[in-house]
Amino acid sequence: MRNHTTRRAFGALAMASALAVTATACSSGGSDGTAAGPKDIAAALEKGGKVTVWAWEPTLKKVVEDFEKKYPKVDVELVNAGTGDKQYTALQNALAAGSGAPDVAQVEYYALGQFTIGDSVEDLAPYGAAKLAKSFTPGPWNAVRRDDGVYALPMDSGPMAFFYNKKVFDKHGVKVPTTWDEYVEAARALHKADPKVFITNDTGDAGATTSLIWQAGGRPYHARGTDVRIDFDDEGTRKYTATWQKLLDEKLVAPIGSWSDAWYKGLADGSIATLSIGAWMPANLTSGVASAAGDWRVAPLPQWTKGDKASAENGGSSLAVPKAAKNKELAYAFTEFATTGAGASSRVAAGAFPATSADLESKAFLDAEFPYFGGQKANRIFAESARNVSTDWSYLPYQVYANSVFNDTVGKAYVSPVKLSEGLAAWQEASIKYGADQGFSVGE
Amino acid sequence: MTTSLTTTAAGDPAGTPRPAPARTSSPTTRADAPRRGRRVPDTPLNPRPSLPLTLVTGLVLVYTLLPLVWLLINATKDQNGLLDSFGLWFADDVGLWDNITRTLAYDDGVFVRWLLNTLLYVAAGAGGATVLAVLGGYALAKYEFPGRKAVFAVVVGAVAVPGTALAVPTFLMFSGMGLTNTPWAVIIPSLISPFGLYLMWVFAAEAVPTELLEAARIDGSGELRTFLTVALPLLMPGTVTVLLFSMVATWNNYFLPLIMIKDPDWYPLTLGLNAWNAQAQTAGGEAVFDLIITGSLLTIVPIVAVFLLLQRYWQSGLAAGSVKE
Repeated sequence: MRNHTTRRAFGALAMASALAVTATACSSGGSDGTAAGPKDIAAALEKGGKVTVWAWEPTLKKVVEDFEKKYPKVDVELVNAGTGDKQYTALQNALAAGSGAPDVAQVEYYALGQFTIGDSVEDLAPYGAAKLAKSFTPGPWNAVRRDDGVYALPMDSGPMAFFYNKKVFDKHGVKVPTTWDEYVEAARALHKADPKVFITNDTGDAGATTSLIWQAGGRPYHARGTDVRIDFDDEGTRKYTATWQKLLDEKLVAPIGSWSDAWYKGLADGSIATLSIGAWMPANLTSGVASAAGDWRVAPLPQWTKGDKASAENGGSSLAVPKAAKNKELAYAFTEFATTGAGASSRVAAGAFPATSADLESKAFLDAEFPYFGGQKANRIFAESARNVSTDWSYLPYQVYANSVFNDTVGKAYVSPVKLSEGLAAWQEASIKYGADQGFSVGE
Repeated sequence: MTTSLTTTAAGDPAGTPRPAPARTSSPTTRADAPRRGRRVPDTPLNPRPSLPLTLVTGLVLVYTLLPLVWLLINATKDQNGLLDSFGLWFADDVGLWDNITRTLAYDDGVFVRWLLNTLLYVAAGAGGATVLAVLGGYALAKYEFPGRKAVFAVVVGAVAVPGTALAVPTFLMFSGMGLTNTPWAVIIPSLISPFGLYLMWVFAAEAVPTELLEAARIDGSGELRTFLTVALPLLMPGTVTVLLFSMVATWNNYFLPLIMIKDPDWYPLTLGLNAWNAQAQTAGGEAVFDLIITGSLLTIVPIVAVFLLLQRYWQSGLAAGSVKE
């Protein structure tokens, strides 16, 4: 689907832009002192103007309508400039080219570091974002902060949960796993009962791997300013590789990439029996795999140590205001509207998973029954998971690049005799080299 | 032809033809005998059938048509049917028409907008490229002027440069001019077709006799009038060929609009369908594989129609100059 030449050329462009952005970061540093207070924001809303928002998140459409109704003088243009890394490339290009950057951009948590360290997004604390600390759950709030600044507002979150196809488990009489050891046992049992059934799919996915390492207590990344350390040999990471290596050695995971049509097909016909994924997944199951309604259930994520309640975040994104935004006051006003209060609630109602404590703790949210999961009150499991996410995790300031070379390094463990730990070591090496080339001081 | 047929088919090392009665009396022993009796002699237009060639051609045909058959079959299924049924056969309920109406209506009918964008890019880009190629090719073939060799080198060199390599510099240049995210960013680069120019150059050199132009000049016709009334009709097959090539190239163009255009309102169909596909890859996004497949089918219909309508001109164009009359 994605063509290689395209990606290469894009990579080159992104790299050139990243360099340019880093270079500016070194020369300018710090804030320029033009940040506005709450009063200016009210005045800006009164005066009106145009705000361009780059986002692919579908529930924002309704938020834009509501916002324009409340502030009739403001015109919000919602543009889907691509999904994930495509949008980041476009954003980097626009920032480097000096024109065409939006006023507000959706940025996933793992990618935010790239824009923060490049000094290309506005610190929102002076606009009033600092006082919102209590509004958001700890995981996402931790992800948008760096030092004393708030560089984006959390839009949604993805505390992990375990989705399983109850019909498949019942048919083969296999117990739903609560630990990763039981998970391996279940993988063997299911695959033995029906060779077409796999416990899950995996062809090497940076987001999923780092999330599971996070849950296992591994902390491979340490970043403070431009000082970066990368170590994929800590205890948590070793727990993950030991378990996952068994699955790979015994060919117990389906060789299907996530989000492909084959993946949706596998989820529909029961050949992919479980997913350990973010709490935003129900919306995708409901719309993408409608025919399997009633087959699926939700359970807490399997634990590395029996009886633990550890969890991690998988995915989730924020809204940031680029430094190049034309009307920063209006941009902030929209960002706050979309991520808190009425905006957040309307998005939750449309299926987004909240990053706001109020929505996460509301009775209506916790008591919502999911017909897709046979009437299960799944949000209780998700909310519990959100509370159990440890907040001391950090990504690399150039995680977007690191993730783009995941398949060239760790991916080898999936298609050749290379071990997962060797793949992670190669990934570490590639990430260190790139970081050093970009002017970071990187070590192991 | 007849000699080779006799020697090969007879399989006689000595090369001496057997007596005629043997041929007719025992047709089963002679492979060529019944054929000779029934068939007209082999000519270039009616060659002898060859089993291996037929097999290879058949394989190529299946290989070429299979994706189209798949597309046609799967355009009749909805999302559930796609996931549940066998790929090369129909699902229980067939709903091509329903799929088409849903594709055209989805997301406030944005598909129609993308279709109109694509038509605009093809009309302005491919049309303009053809006009420029015909004018330039004719001028280079029929006028002597200093620097012609240099132009030749540049054009031949340009044919060898892949568009992908120029994409990033083009983006930075257009961004500097403030043209990104506008239709101009797609149309202007599409106007340049080095291959089309080269093709027209070669074609014009062959198809327009210089004597004819001289005769027109002697009769007092101006250069523009000579071009329009004498040369242009002769150039028609080549023109249609270039038009066809640039239409297909512009219709299928993906990379250029991908880097130039961020606003979905200006997407061509290729980018639009890809955006629908990417939707399935995001949290909370709707998977609409059924609409993507139906949309793809709708996308190839016009280009197939154009190809079928224009291909006879194309064939006569490619054959021009190959026979000495």
